[in-house]
Amino acid sequence: MLQTAPRRKKSTVSNAAPHERFLEAFRWMLLARTLEDKLVSLYRGGLITGGVYIGRGQEAVSVACGLFLQKGDILAPLIRDQAGRSAFGEPLVDVTRTYLGSRQGPMRGRDGNIHRGRPRDNQLAMISHLGAMVSVTVGALLAKRFKREKNFVGLSCIGEGGMQTGSFHEGMNLAAVEQVPLVVVATNNRYAYSTPNEREFACHDLVDRAIGYGFEGYTIDGTDLTNCLDVIGGAVKRARAGRPPQLVVASILRLSGHGEHDDASYVTDEMKHQPFARDCLKVAEQTIVDLNLASPETLREWREDAATQVDQAIATAQKEAAPEADEEDWCAISTRRVADQIE
Amino acid sequence: MSVTYLEAIREAQAKLLRDDERVFIYGEDVGGTFGGAFKATKGLAKEFPGRVLNTPISEDAMVGAAIGAAIQGMRPIVEMQFADFSSTALNQILNNAGTHYWRTNVPVPITVRLPCGGTKGSGPFHSQSMESIYAHYPGLIVMTPATVEDAYTMLIEAVTIDDPVVYCEHKYLYYHLKADKLPTEGGLSTGQARIVREGRDLTIVAYSAMLHEGLAVADEMAHEGFEIEVVDLRTVKPLDTETILASVARTGRLLCVGESFPWGGATAEVISRVTSEGFHLLDAAPQRVNAKDTPIPYHPNLWAAHRPNAKTIADKARALLRE
Repeated sequence: MLQTAPRRKKSTVSNAAPHERFLEAFRWMLLARTLEDKLVSLYRGGLITGGVYIGRGQEAVSVACGLFLQKGDILAPLIRDQAGRSAFGEPLVDVTRTYLGSRQGPMRGRDGNIHRGRPRDNQLAMISHLGAMVSVTVGALLAKRFKREKNFVGLSCIGEGGMQTGSFHEGMNLAAVEQVPLVVVATNNRYAYSTPNEREFACHDLVDRAIGYGFEGYTIDGTDLTNCLDVIGGAVKRARAGRPPQLVVASILRLSGHGEHDDASYVTDEMKHQPFARDCLKVAEQTIVDLNLASPETLREWREDAATQVDQAIATAQKEAAPEADEEDWCAISTRRVADQIE
Repeated sequence: MSVTYLEAIREAQAKLLRDDERVFIYGEDVGGTFGGAFKATKGLAKEFPGRVLNTPISEDAMVGAAIGAAIQGMRPIVEMQFADFSSTALNQILNNAGTHYWRTNVPVPITVRLPCGGTKGSGPFHSQSMESIYAHYPGLIVMTPATVEDAYTMLIEAVTIDDPVVYCEHKYLYYHLKADKLPTEGGLSTGQARIVREGRDLTIVAYSAMLHEGLAVADEMAHEGFEIEVVDLRTVKPLDTETILASVARTGRLLCVGESFPWGGATAEVISRVTSEGFHLLDAAPQRVNAKDTPIPYHPNLWAAHRPNAKTIADKARALLRE
């Protein structure tokens, strides 16, 4: 069974033969897809309050964001990064507890869905205001430098929508000024909610901004897992080795609505037939079949394993109590002697 | 030998840097040989190499980076060059730092220093008092020291506290306010107001630079036979309602003074609490004096009339005492 926690040693992945790395990445993608399909069902069945935001079509990019990070590295995931979160070590039950409102989850019902995180374990908890987490990642890396830690790297995820915020620009510039070992992976999924690229930015290619920020820039086909692993893996390696901050811009199509409340009717048929509209999971599976990297039987076992893990995580969360308003500690600060004076 | 309010802030930071290796200072022009627009960090970059760092003009990223560093165990002090510019970091302060402990159970021990308040000729964008905005949002502690001693001990306390603290230091007090020496012991607890002057006819509640205007009024009106009690809030949040109510119980009249804009805010909060929790203590409707509800004017003639001053406070106090 693929273990989501505790985190296994990453050094084995970095040194793994390409096909082993590919297969491990595929399994995280499969797990993320299986989980998110299930979350969508629960949402449609009225069992999830609030929104459900999935990374369908973005799993290849996302898994590469988590897979090359080691213990002590920082991950700042965004809304479509289930595969990367899992590969970085987020237990599945964190996801189901948060979506289903268990008080045992990391957010204890105080925040939901993709805003979860475990900052003490270096998984930063995103806020909805896009771009804000880039500078937070920079600060976490600065702290590691102050503490004289070695061999660390941070990876911050963003979309082409978030790339247009002032906060993002400030964070990128600061990263380069501070020369922290940061990788920023920007996934252009063609739409900021419903707004297409041509109303989002007017530059020729988003990666051209890298040189302006003082980053090294790379582009990838986000539907091609091998390409994602090679380029994002390389960027992580370069940042860790002391090269300037790295920007990787991935090209995909979002294969879902912005959230599950959104039918994405604005996505044109023409868009759906572009090469970047391929489903990265299907492409990866086809590669496995074509190169005979795993037997059909093994693939079936992996699917079953993913489904079992997801079912267990959901069952666990569903058994747990919801937060109770009259038992809640309605205090937003941690310092008791001060908190007691805030009514 | 004397020490100014500004020197107290500098000395508090020097002590923090000396005593705690987790502390660093981050802000525009704070480093190098420059030492900040107001020299609050003068000499610190040399004394503490690598720990007093200039940043780009990026208030949002400065605070974001401080949040990330704090999560990793550091104790950053962010200097906003002027409180006014912290508006471009509101998102990081309110939505990121302010929500983080509640959401994740991991506190964010950052201190954001805001040089606030008006000085003549500074105009709409270099004169603002922002304490009411920060106090409105959950998850933040808002300090407004009015004395040299508090400027020193409260800044040390701000950095020691595990939660985000917005530390509002008044620019007018930087050079005008002096004490004989720095305190050698900690001050009152955070969230505890101080009765600076005792009286029985009227309570003036003030904070930051307005404390001194309130004290001037109390002095002046003593000649008219009024004994005015003056309360220094010290922190706007938490708000020491107990001390205020106890004072109003003695005097029966409340006048609250703040330099920020009049709509809502710290003075309105004080009056709201006193009327709802201590209505029976009041002999007259509580009053307040704030700045005018316009942007802060540039010209000294206009500026002096825009903010509360001893005259406007005294006028309001006399009217209140006649009721």
